[in-house]
Amino acid sequence: MNDKRKLTDIMVNIWMRGGLYILLSIPVLTGIGLYWKAAPLFHDHSFTDLVFSGKWFPMKGEFGFLPFIYSSIYVTVLSFIISAPLCLFAAVYLTQFGNQRLLNFTLPVIDILAGIPSVVYGVWGILVIVPVISDHVAPFFGANSSGYSLLSGGIVLAIMCIPYMLNMLIEVFHTIPVGMKEASLALGATRWEMVKHVVIRKGFPGIISAFGLGIAKAFGETIAVLMVVGNTLNISISPFEAGYPLPALIANNYGEMMSIPDYDSALMFAALLLFVVILLINLFFRYFIHKTEKI
Amino acid sequence: MNRWKKIEEWIFRGISFAAAFSVVLILLYLLVVIFKKGIGSLSWEIVFSLPEGGYYFGGGGGILNAVVGSFYLSVGATILAVIIGLPAALFINVQLIRLKHTQNIIRYLLDALWGIPSIVYGAFGFAVMLFLGLNASLLAGIITVALLITPILVRAFDEVLKTIPVELQEASYSLGSTKTETALKVLFKQGFAGFITALLLAFGRGIGDAASVLFTAGYTDNIPVTLDEPVATLPLSIFFQLSSPIEEVRQRAYAAAVILTFIILIISVSARFLSKRYSKNIIK
Repeated sequence: MNDKRKLTDIMVNIWMRGGLYILLSIPVLTGIGLYWKAAPLFHDHSFTDLVFSGKWFPMKGEFGFLPFIYSSIYVTVLSFIISAPLCLFAAVYLTQFGNQRLLNFTLPVIDILAGIPSVVYGVWGILVIVPVISDHVAPFFGANSSGYSLLSGGIVLAIMCIPYMLNMLIEVFHTIPVGMKEASLALGATRWEMVKHVVIRKGFPGIISAFGLGIAKAFGETIAVLMVVGNTLNISISPFEAGYPLPALIANNYGEMMSIPDYDSALMFAALLLFVVILLINLFFRYFIHKTEKI
Repeated sequence: MNRWKKIEEWIFRGISFAAAFSVVLILLYLLVVIFKKGIGSLSWEIVFSLPEGGYYFGGGGGILNAVVGSFYLSVGATILAVIIGLPAALFINVQLIRLKHTQNIIRYLLDALWGIPSIVYGAFGFAVMLFLGLNASLLAGIITVALLITPILVRAFDEVLKTIPVELQEASYSLGSTKTETALKVLFKQGFAGFITALLLAFGRGIGDAASVLFTAGYTDNIPVTLDEPVATLPLSIFFQLSSPIEEVRQRAYAAAVILTFIILIISVSARFLSKRYSKNIIK
């Protein structure tokens, strides 16, 4: 081997190794960086204080994240309730009841829609969901709403998560061995019984993971929710009231955060909270998927 | 008993049919609404001119700054992502080919990274920006978006590379090539179709993402000339215009949403087309 080839080999090797190490250091650096910026906040506030207090007065140095966390969880749960059954049944129909042609047509469409930016979903939410809620849904329940509400946020999030979750569910259903399904049909089960007893049961870890990853995505979504949720600080049971999720808090206040002491740390703390929660959810459910893929 | 079975079958078949079609209908309805609302106010002026004075109060001009800005930002971020991601993906599939366990751990971590929301990267990018002493600029935006899209690029490319049989690599080694030559001349060529798909996927994500550049890219009415100037992006321009109380400005936000959706659609469709085209040369 001549020297030139050897040298190229070594250089490219270093480049490859470097690329991989940089890549793997991203989550670590993100955690450290956010913690570093959020650390000043921990001087005079304890963690439980920050998370469980509802007092949000940045001017007075009081940072209670409870209303934001509450709103975040509220819209996420709402979107989950709407999208999960819809996706599950849609995936069952597309993979078990429908024919191959239908799936061949829908899969690329879903794929393309999964790439539509969240700001477009937000525009759609403002055009369609917000007026429907203020003019029809809220009066129907005897409530008064501007339409910019937790419910709108939940619906827009649900629609956003549908392509994402549906894709994963279809993949999960494809991993189930055909022989197993055929065995159940041969024993005289109807199609639905086969779905109920074989497909759902066998794909259960995968289904749960798809749901979990969908939840994580909904929890961290920013722009689309920010546009329709109203951004008012309150803790209310009614879905017709406005809310203020964590990502919206970060996105809305970046402009003024330098002028108030500790405010930037508080926003970085919110980002750190999102990062840790979502990373844990992701790691947990991805573990499930990796386990099932190996079998 | 038998009748009950039949009824249950029909009920659930109906439910899942309704679910599948409502999902497809909702998603198509979304596209129809966006296009219908925006197409009316779409004009060449909006796409090909810069905002003039008083643009945000209904003055003349367009959003060329945002269209070009988004492209600059996304192209820069994609280049950075390729510089870091391409060797990393090849490394996983060449050097680590015998270490299945390590491979799986890396893939697992990358999958988990994929799900981190862009606002977190935005906040982190902001921290990095302060650390490096940068202002909100094209460069800071590129770094932030690259953080977001590199894991996507690597994982999508890796997904294709891992289907390439090991024997191909072994054949290459037996002819006396080095690991580098195997990686770049055999594996990269074999996986080129997948690389194009991964590239366009990452590029599309970069163009469409708003939350990550909110802190780091700034906003401007001009097209940036150097890396340290702020840059406007299409999603943010939609977002800002939509919050205006003036109807005319909001109309232009709808038009901008059509432009953005159109760009994304073109990217996804061409990704499919190109990956089909380039997969002709693959040794099977």
